[in-house]
Amino acid sequence: MKAELSPRRQVFLYGLLCVLLIPFVFPTWWMVTSSVKPISDIFAFPPQLVPESYDWTTYSKVFELQPFVKQYWNSAYIAALVTIGTMIVSSMAGYAFARIKFPFANAIFMVVLLGLLIPSEVTIVPLFQMFLKAGMVNTHWPLILVPIFGAPSVFATFVMRQFFIALPVELEEAARVDGLGRFKIFRKIALPLARPALASVAIFTFLHSWNLYLEPIVFLSSADKFTLPQALTQYTDAYGGPMWNIQLAAATLTALPVLIVFIIAQKQFVEGLAHTGLKG
Amino acid sequence: MAVVQQTARPEARSSSSFWTIARRDSLAGFLFIAPQLIGITLFVLIPLCLVFWYSLHEWNVLANTFTYTGLANYQMLLEDTSLPSVLGATAIFSAGLVIFNLSLALLLAVLLNQKLAGITIFRTLFFSPVVVSLVAWTIVWGFLLQKNGGINGVLLLVGIEGPNWLREPVTAMISVIVVQVFKNVGLNMILFLAALQGVPNELYEAARIDGAPRFKQFRRITLPLISPTILLTSIITIVGSLQVFAQIAVLTQGGPGLTTTVLVYYLYQQAFQFHFFGYGSTLSIMLFVIVAVLTFAQWQMRKRIVFYES
Repeated sequence: MKAELSPRRQVFLYGLLCVLLIPFVFPTWWMVTSSVKPISDIFAFPPQLVPESYDWTTYSKVFELQPFVKQYWNSAYIAALVTIGTMIVSSMAGYAFARIKFPFANAIFMVVLLGLLIPSEVTIVPLFQMFLKAGMVNTHWPLILVPIFGAPSVFATFVMRQFFIALPVELEEAARVDGLGRFKIFRKIALPLARPALASVAIFTFLHSWNLYLEPIVFLSSADKFTLPQALTQYTDAYGGPMWNIQLAAATLTALPVLIVFIIAQKQFVEGLAHTGLKG
Repeated sequence: MAVVQQTARPEARSSSSFWTIARRDSLAGFLFIAPQLIGITLFVLIPLCLVFWYSLHEWNVLANTFTYTGLANYQMLLEDTSLPSVLGATAIFSAGLVIFNLSLALLLAVLLNQKLAGITIFRTLFFSPVVVSLVAWTIVWGFLLQKNGGINGVLLLVGIEGPNWLREPVTAMISVIVVQVFKNVGLNMILFLAALQGVPNELYEAARIDGAPRFKQFRRITLPLISPTILLTSIITIVGSLQVFAQIAVLTQGGPGLTTTVLVYYLYQQAFQFHFFGYGSTLSIMLFVIVAVLTFAQWQMRKRIVFYES
């Protein structure tokens, strides 16, 4: 299907793509522009594609109404810890399952894969009870420990294993003849070669942690412990109705940094994920 | 882990008669998988057993009682008058999501697979909602879908009075599906695009020489060759659709009535809003069984629908 297209077909294709693009791009535009509209313009008719007047106080209210800086930090440090932790745990386990011969390796791999079959929603009730007994409810521990060691990291382990299986083994064998131990081989030879797989593991782990919603609202109860997704829904008026322009300002602050990083590094992002998918 | 590993090795060298290469490898293997294995035991296997155990009990949090009631919760499952609507909503949501998601993903992938200047810009933009925070994305759509929101504003410009999307049964369900599809269809699009690029060009050339029309080429060459990816994406998408929670909680809170109360949302309400932990656990078991059966069924189907495996 890679034949050159006639000019008329090209124009048609561009037009089609632009129309299809609307629901993908317009919401982000609407979020950013509506966040600086005064509340009187927010439901104005006809809709204002570009704000006619600006009200920047929405952004200061985001920080006044809630400990938003603290919440931002909570989300950021949890996502960072989970990402690094998952990279370590999954690369080690993935390497062992791919390369090292040890008793019951296949049986254990099957048990680990069970994690793929069990959505975290299934185990949320007992996990809540376990963390309650351990005195860790309303702390960030459940949001850090479960993703790194529990079911969410299994997919990462699977991706790493598939990558290591496809990696030529000769380099590692040479190092073994030279008397290098397993851990050194892993650390000095295999891991540096696994950068593309690690990058995609890092990307989807970060996004998963950044988007987590059920777990925070189950485990966290005080505003200064909240993560961003949870905090966004808390900008409500006395009747529980959303304060739209302030919610949208907070949403903009949440979404934009990741979006900018993505646009800068989009090639690595998209190709890394495609790579993962092919192997999976 | 590094510390453990280093202390283990000198010992291994000193008694080399016992520490054969095979034994050292076994030890290394276990140490490498230890964090994952302990984690799975602690956070998956034990909770799975516990959730089953809980489901056999009546658990009153306020009175602090935990009494064994056998299969009473499962009996309750059968008698729960809300459950048929909940399962119906779950089925409609999942089916709608999977069909809309996969067909849109495939359409976009085919369009993006054309030789066209600037096509990577389109690819980036179609993919961009994937990296937008889920709740932020949902809030904007909730804003757009208000009675006097942006979508109805645009409709009114062309003289159509739009519905109150999130407050009417049919449109509420369509809304939550559509919002979720636009958020994540980029992932499947990329997987399909990679699969399409893996189809050898010679096959199309041969078909063109034989005079096969484009649609026939697509049906007879493209679809069979990318069927492994279709299977993979449909498994991921179905299992993912059963886990949707944030969108429902933010957009409709399961309403109007129970029309968008999917199983996970119902589970959350029963366990964490009404504190019926026993019954919540029973619903968890049901969710587990549904996911397991669906995954297994699709895996079995691969023999039928997948024409080619790499």
